Amino acid sequence: MTLALAVDIGLTLLVLAVACWTLVVRDTFAAVIGFVAYGLLLALIWVRLAAPDVALTEAAMGSGLTGLLLLGAAARLRGAASSTPPGLALRWAAGVLCALVSAGLAAIVLRLPDPAPTLAPAVIAHLPDLGLGNPVTGVLLAYRAIDTLLEAVVLLPALLGVWSLAPDRYWGGAPILRHPRPAGALTLFAQVLPPFGIIVGIYLCWNGANQPGGAFQGGAVLAAMWVLVLLAGLGEAPPVSRRGLRWLLIAGSAVFLIIGLAGIGLADAFLAYPAGYAKPFILTIELVLTLSIAVALGLLIAGPPARLPS
Amino acid sequence: MIGATTLFGLSSVVLIGLGLFGLIVDPRPLRKILAFNLLGSGVFLLFGVIARRGAGAGLNSDPVPQALVITGLVVAFAATALAIALLLRLFQETGQATLDTESSSSDAPVPSADS
Repeated sequence: MTLALAVDIGLTLLVLAVACWTLVVRDTFAAVIGFVAYGLLLALIWVRLAAPDVALTEAAMGSGLTGLLLLGAAARLRGAASSTPPGLALRWAAGVLCALVSAGLAAIVLRLPDPAPTLAPAVIAHLPDLGLGNPVTGVLLAYRAIDTLLEAVVLLPALLGVWSLAPDRYWGGAPILRHPRPAGALTLFAQVLPPFGIIVGIYLCWNGANQPGGAFQGGAVLAAMWVLVLLAGLGEAPPVSRRGLRWLLIAGSAVFLIIGLAGIGLADAFLAYPAGYAKPFILTIELVLTLSIAVALGLLIAGPPARLPS
Repeated sequence: MIGATTLFGLSSVVLIGLGLFGLIVDPRPLRKILAFNLLGSGVFLLFGVIARRGAGAGLNSDPVPQALVITGLVVAFAATALAIALLLRLFQETGQATLDTESSSSDAPVPSADS
């Protein structure tokens, strides 16, 4: 057994143990902390799977931002009446069902075709035409640009859904996202970390063309910095009725859509880039998309408006 | 001899099973959301394993499934945010965070009984 395989086995056991723990531990706070740790360990597995772009997204979004959302909810729901747990028979039935699902999937994993089907050669073949060095960015913004466009758009209905849960009197007001007792360490972090975080976010976005990174990873880091400032009480969330904010939210999808439509005339298809100009178009989309994603993610964490409109 | 990729593949299906179990069995809605995220991460990991198996043309991993997972992670986050907003609003309205239909119709918190 090689050292690398030993590390992989250890990592797998650790991930499974932390996953079990987040499910069985009684205290929900502890479960959420476990979930954050689980996400970071999972990001290491993504690195081992030679997918650093996904590792960055998992660490920033799957672990960091989702953990923050769950922590906030756990704090507000503390002391809520607990529901009745299901009976022993149902638990056993669920256990058997889940074991069957896992066993079925495991059988598929062990029988995956060899050699595996792959689109890697097709992706590589046209990457130089796009002027990109990162094949994942190539898939996200050129070959499967329609997926990415729809994904950028889907953040907006999700945000509308969250906003629409506000009581009527607060509509048009600002969400409140602030730690109840911002203490020394949090304030210090919120003052020291954002300059570095903003540089990292811009770097991830700019560098995404050739290295691991991109609009979603960069946007997630920028959103995290904004949320940190809001939590420490060093800034206020903007009212949801502010016009500039709404423009910022739709800018990413709008620019993406306009460039996509221009592709019908300039190239020969929707979301196609004219030959030789692919890279500037892709960088423009990524830049605006990063800003829109950062604002949308931050507002999704801030929740529905909770202040009277001024 | 099982390689690392198969090992990760098998752990992803265990994660899917664990997440599904938590989703069904745990009555607390926040824990259901957490378990659902666990289930989702298992599905994404399975994608990662399939991507890794598709290495070729000088790439260590097929970029198409990787891009799909990045898309999926963002959508999963948006769905989680919406689910949590719904749950917090339910708590705000009823003072309870439970999906039991009997107890949410009455005003007084119902003490947990053995079922």
